[in-house]
Formats: sequence, C-alpha cells, structure tokens
Amino acid sequence: MSDEYENKSGYQAQSSEALTGSAGSTPDMDYVRPAELPEQDLYHGHTFLTKWVFCQDAKVIGVQYFLTAVFTGIVGLILSWLMRLQLGFPGLAGFITAEHYYQFVTMHGMIMVVYFLTALFLGGFGNYLIPLMVGARDMVFPYVNMLSFWMFFVAVAILMASFFVPGGPTGAGWTLYPPQTILEGTPGSGMGILLMLISLALFVIGFTMGGLNYMITVLQARTRGMTLMRMPLTVWGIFTATVLAMLAFPALLVSAIMMTLDKVIGTSFFMPTILKAGEVLEYGGGSPILFQHLFWFFGHPEVYIVALPAFGIVSDLISVHARKNIFGYRMMVWAIVGIGALSFFVWAHHMYVSGMNPWFGFFFATTTLIIAVPTAMKVYNWILTLWRGNIRINTVMLWCLGFIVTFVNGGITGIFLGNVSVDVPLSDTYFVVAHFHMVMGIAPVMVIMGAVYHWFPLITGRLLNETLGKWHFWATFLGAYSIYFPMHYLGFIGVPRRYYEMYDSPYMTSAVGMNEFISLAAFLVGAAQFILIFNIIKTLKTGKPAPKNPWKANSLEWHTSTQPPEHGNFGERLPVVHRWPYDFSVPGAKDDFIPQTTPPSEVVHTKVEKT
Amino acid sequence: MHAGIIFFLVILGSILFHIFTPWYWTDIASNWKGMDDTITLTFWVGGGVFVAVCLFMIYCVFKYSYKEDRKAEYKPEDKKLEKILTVATTLGVAALLAPGLIIWNQYVNVPKNSIEIDVMAWQWGWQYRLPGNDGKLGTTKVVNINDDNPFGINLDDPFGRDDVMVQSDIINLENNRPVKILLRSVDVLHNWYVPQFRAKMDAVPGVVTYYWFEPNKVGEYEVLCAEYCGVGHYAMRGGVEVQDPNSYQEWLGEQETFSDLLAKQNKEIETKKVAKNNSNIEKVIYKEEK
Repeated sequence: MSDEYENKSGYQAQSSEALTGSAGSTPDMDYVRPAELPEQDLYHGHTFLTKWVFCQDAKVIGVQYFLTAVFTGIVGLILSWLMRLQLGFPGLAGFITAEHYYQFVTMHGMIMVVYFLTALFLGGFGNYLIPLMVGARDMVFPYVNMLSFWMFFVAVAILMASFFVPGGPTGAGWTLYPPQTILEGTPGSGMGILLMLISLALFVIGFTMGGLNYMITVLQARTRGMTLMRMPLTVWGIFTATVLAMLAFPALLVSAIMMTLDKVIGTSFFMPTILKAGEVLEYGGGSPILFQHLFWFFGHPEVYIVALPAFGIVSDLISVHARKNIFGYRMMVWAIVGIGALSFFVWAHHMYVSGMNPWFGFFFATTTLIIAVPTAMKVYNWILTLWRGNIRINTVMLWCLGFIVTFVNGGITGIFLGNVSVDVPLSDTYFVVAHFHMVMGIAPVMVIMGAVYHWFPLITGRLLNETLGKWHFWATFLGAYSIYFPMHYLGFIGVPRRYYEMYDSPYMTSAVGMNEFISLAAFLVGAAQFILIFNIIKTLKTGKPAPKNPWKANSLEWHTSTQPPEHGNFGERLPVVHRWPYDFSVPGAKDDFIPQTTPPSEVVHTKVEKT
Repeated sequence: MHAGIIFFLVILGSILFHIFTPWYWTDIASNWKGMDDTITLTFWVGGGVFVAVCLFMIYCVFKYSYKEDRKAEYKPEDKKLEKILTVATTLGVAALLAPGLIIWNQYVNVPKNSIEIDVMAWQWGWQYRLPGNDGKLGTTKVVNINDDNPFGINLDDPFGRDDVMVQSDIINLENNRPVKILLRSVDVLHNWYVPQFRAKMDAVPGVVTYYWFEPNKVGEYEVLCAEYCGVGHYAMRGGVEVQDPNSYQEWLGEQETFSDLLAKQNKEIETKKVAKNNSNIEKVIYKEEK
C-alpha cells in the first residue's frame, strides 16, 4: 500500500527567501514563518469504491453529506406539505389521521433541525470549505472523516426505516418529552421511538468523528500565514459551531441512552409514578423536567450550531458581492465566539412554563436578552458592509438580502419569547412556530441557497442560470415570508401549536382563511425548490463553464491549482497567506480585489489597513 | 432596482398588515394586562428596529448598486460607530427586559388571599378540586386514585374530607378573586391554558406546579391543553365560567364534597352487599333447578 501514499514532505521547507525578491520591495516584507511540520500524506483512491463511495477526500465527503442531507430535507418538505394540507383544509385528505399528523410533525422537526440543517452546514459546507479556506490539503484525519459520513448515512437509514416499522415513526414531537414519548397514547411509542433514539445516538457518534476533524484542522492544519484572525468568517462560524456541537451533543446522547433504558428495561430516569387506564405503571421517582433540561442544554446550542455557520457564510457572501470588506471583522469574530459561549447559559428559556422553579426565569431571561446584543451587532455589520459598497444585485446577493430581512424579523420575535413574562401568553402557540421557522428555518435556508449559487461554480466548474435563480429566490422568499409573517398573529390569538384540528373554537374561526392562505403559500414554496433542481440539472448538462474565480473573491478556495479543486487542493505547493480575505476595493489597487495569497511586495502602492 | 422595490413593498406590507389585521389577541379577561403592555412595547421597539434595518438595507440597494466605474469604500473598522451601536442596543434591550422581569416577579408571587384550585389532568381530560370550609386542600397520591377516590386524596388527611370535588371539565370561578392554579398530572405533561387569561403553566406528573391570575370579566371561556400530550392533545378541552360572587356561591353550594362521596359509597357498599346476597341466593336457586 505504501506506493499509494504520496510523500509531500519535500515541498514543505519553503523558506521566505524563495518567495521574495519582487522588484521594489525589501526582502523581508513578504516574510512568512516557515512550516513547522511536514505535509500530510494523502491516500489517493484508485477504484470507484475508494474514490467515490468510501472516499477520504473531504470535498467528496462534503458532497456526500450535502446530498444525503438534502434527501432528508426533501422528506421533511413533503411531510410539511402533508401537515399544511391537514391544517389548511381539514378532512380533505382523509388518510391523515391524528396519529399520522403527529408523526409528520415530529419527523419534520427532527429531520429539518438535525439531519438536514446540522448535517448540511457542518458536514456539507464544513467538509468542503474548511480545508480549502484554511489552505490545507485535506482534513487532518481523512479516514475518520469517511467513517463520520457513513455513520451519518446509517443514522439516516435507521431514521427512514422507522417509517416502515409497525406503529410507524414516533409522534412524540421533536422534543421527545417524556413520559408521553414512550407511553401508549403517543403514536410510534414502540419501535418508532426506539429507532429514533438509536438513530440520534449514531448521529452523535458520527458527528463527533467529523467534529474532531473540523476543529483540529482549523487549529492545526492552517497554511503558513493563515493566522486565526485572517480566517474567513465562514471558517470561524463553522469552527465555533463545531465546538458548541462537541459540548452540546453529549447531553443529547445521554438523554437518548437514559430514555432507551426507561423504554426497554423499565428504569425510571424520567418516569414518575404514572396512572394509565386505571392502572399504576411500574415506574416511579423519575423526573420529566430533568429530560427537558438535558434536551435543551443540547437544544439551545443546537440553534446556534445552525445559525453560526449561516452567520459566517453570509458575511463572506455579502462582502464578496458588495465588493467591500466586511465591516468590523474583529467584532464579527468576537460576536461569533461570544454568542457561542453565551448559548450554553440560556437553555431554560425554552422552559419558562415547564414547571421548573419559576425563579430560574429571572436568570434565563437576562442571559437570553444579553445574547441579543452581539447578535444585533452582527446585523449592523452586515448592513454597514452594504453601505458605500458596490453591490452586485445577483442571485447570491438576493439570498443574502432575504436572509437579513427574515433573520432580523425572527430575531426580534425572539426578544418577545426570551423576555420571560411576554413568553407566558405566547409560548406553545403558533407565535413560537412562526418565530423559530423564520429565524432558524428560513434564514439559514436563505444562506444555504446563496451558498449553493455562490460555490456551485467552484464545485462543478459551471455557473448556475441567473434568471432561474432569481425566480427561485423570489418565489421562495415571498412565499416563505407570507407563510410565517402572518402566522405570528395566529399565536397572538392564542392558537396552540401541535393541534391536529381546532374544531370550532371561537378564536379559530377567524383564522380559517389565514390557514388556507398559509397552506397555499407552503405548497408554492415547496414547489419552487424544483426550480433549483431543474437549474442544477440544466447547468450540469448545458451550463456555461465558469471562468476561474468568477466572483473575484479573495479567499483561498478560489485560488486552487484547478477548478474544481483536485484531491490535495493546491497542486504542488501550498499557498502562503499574506492578508485577510476581505481586501476589496483597496485604494490604489489595480483590481477591486486582492487575493489572500498576494504578497505585500506586489501591492506596495496600496493603502492596506488590515492584513 | 426592482429588487429594492419588492423588498420595500414587503416591509410596507408588513406594516400595513400589522395595522389592519383582524387577527389579534382576544379581549383580556384577567389581571395580566402588563403582559399585553410589554408585548406592545416590544412591538414598537422591535418593530421599529426591524423597519429601520430593512429600510437602511433597501436604501443601500438603491444607492450602491454595482457600477463598473465606482469603487466601494475601504474602511475595515469604525470603533466609534461600533461603540455607539453596542451601547444603544444594550440600553434598548435593558429597557425591554426590565418590565418583563417586573411582571414575572408578580407572576411568581401569589397573593395571600387567592383561592387554591387543584387542577388534575390526565390523557385526556380535566377535573377540579376546591378547598372546603377549612380553606385547605387535602394531600393526594397518584396511587390512591380509583373509582371511589377520583382525586387520590389521602384518607388520613383531615384537610381532605371537606374538599369540594368538581368531576367535570368545566370549573366556575369567582370574578375579581385571585386564584392559584395548582396543577398536577397523573400521566404525562399537560398545560391548563385559557387564552383570555394569558397565563399558563405545564402540569408535570410527580410534582405540583402553580400559577395565578385574577379573572375580571364575567363569562364563559374555553380551556385548551397547551402542552403536547399524545394523540388526543387537540381534543383535550375544558371550560371556565367566571361568575359574580352570588352566583358563584350558589354554584359552590351545589357541589359534592369528598365526605359526601364517601358517605354515598358506604351506602352503595351496603346496597351492593345486599345485592350480592340476593344474587348468591339466585345462584343457589339456579343450581338447584339444574
């Protein structure tokens, strides 16, 4: 096997002298400290199986993660259609019983949060972009990285299998609150919930393998000159989210294990004395609220595990397409880190009316509203990046603008819900549903779409069709906004969430028309995603080849030896970094961008403030 | 250009929707007007920020759209501006948090003169228990619950004997008298929620949770379960009737107490015994005939 390993250690000893010497500069101007470690050996697969299936190239693994996550996302989308069919037009589809409805709700929620968004941002974008953006040839543990994807794949397979077991998938709500989760009276309380718990445990194990890679690659495998404060915000976002995930997912794992024990061998971690159908069950002494604490200790950081990569990616997209440096880079980095740290101190704001000691409310309301400050700073910095920019209003930028609108909207409603006594009338109503879909559903999806249009030429070498892209954007943005903006008002009325139907409640009668409208908009938004699928297929077949670095971006992923990048990313020699990735429109520079690899000697006449 | 216009129309539409919406909260029927006021305040501050941010974004889209010959400004940081924005945001957030915490303080401190009501929840229904003349509720245990003791009252607890039992999903309340809702569940999580009262709290099996409010409008209201509790969740409704003091006392007088129920049961046991004897006699006769 040794002949399959390529020894690149010969390339690493590039000292500064070899790279300098441009006319008109002092020799040490371009100095970058020499590499301390030899380069990594890469395993190059030769067979189809090792090249495309059990592949160790982070880029292929990223695409595998992406496609698997998108598959689960499509399942989640179809489930949401079925739910909206019942809510907008009750009884129209007779096959949707209450059991089915609750199963759709549960699976939609769990799939979208964990298997779609988390896997897509960290597994998909993380794998593809981290090594490219920090100037590494691959992740530091490529074999573990491959295992990580296949563990995720098995987790998805088990999750999907639960649709076909007797009793169907679990219908306990995505929060899986005991005791009802494992008791009769909840759909799928037999096989369904067991498969869900097993799938979650496997997901956590697989994700830990991937997460180790993302963290250590960022910390240890950056190329020469790539200091932490020169990393693109995308990497900062994904890195911080990974740290959060490594700390938060264990809480999910232990609660899944304990619940499995409660279910299978009758322990009582979360089960108090219960009277069911006139009989006292053989449980006693457990605490249902303990589960909620464990779940939200994972669940709240989970929100930021999705949001932080989105923050990072959107910062980069806005900067590139506004042709302007990101405003307040250091503030952005510290805001990401600060939000990440604070996100571990706010979990019980999901539990104000859970029956926990109500005095907790003071603490968690305060921490929750503190977290609004760094978040607001990020929003200001995005719009200040647009200010006095030179904004390309293309599809990518439209998605970014859509993100700003939906994220600010959802962030503001978060201030309602975080402010403990305001939460009391609104919690468990459609206001909550509208809030979290706007802020962690629609807003991150806007970023994902922008990222797809932005990096598609890098991954495939072809540019997606702009006209189709704009239609896709407007249908999705306007449709999604008209689903979730009015939905807040259902919450004001007091309509509770997770209701299969409302019967003839007096408050609900006024909302029938709105429910029909929301359902129609939901069908439209779902259907609009087929524009993207059509666009991708069409582009792959007949799309125009993308020029190298089509957006004129600075970060390293656009400055690879080939486009799309090959295994090993950077050809013979790793790039050397001399500046941050946001040198756009620098006064005195020839072009309106200066790539990170450009040495100072080539741009001596410019007024570069930050490198 | 058209992008800016569409975004502007979205923002304008949102404002108009908020002004003209027929969908807004139900008329409040309790003392928690402070919650509504804090929501209104948050709406003004938060809505203002939302509109301002979006309008600024739209302005940038109009003003700084791509032109070949223009160069963007190069200014990585502006410490002063960032500081001003941080301080202003912190002040705004604190201004919203303060009323929220003040009202929460009222929410967790129950007034002394409030009447305690035991709300018992199960899959899928409600029933209620009020203290009797001694003003105290008897203690309960889930394992005590059976047909003869529907609330699971501890038989050796003297406070339990005169408890008023309302074995119905509708409870009557006295207008302008604070009530402390004591929630318990015998199986899974539930939540006793009346939109008009604004307040809510989960019922958790194994513990007793509480919240309070003061109904201030005579009328009938629907109770909804607000915490998912299995497949019958959406059908788990109840009712509240808020009455003036006289009608309330009249209603209260008609309700059965625990000792009434026990007395009735003792009678029933007697009659059952007689019936059993009778049936034994019949069996004997039947056997003999055979």
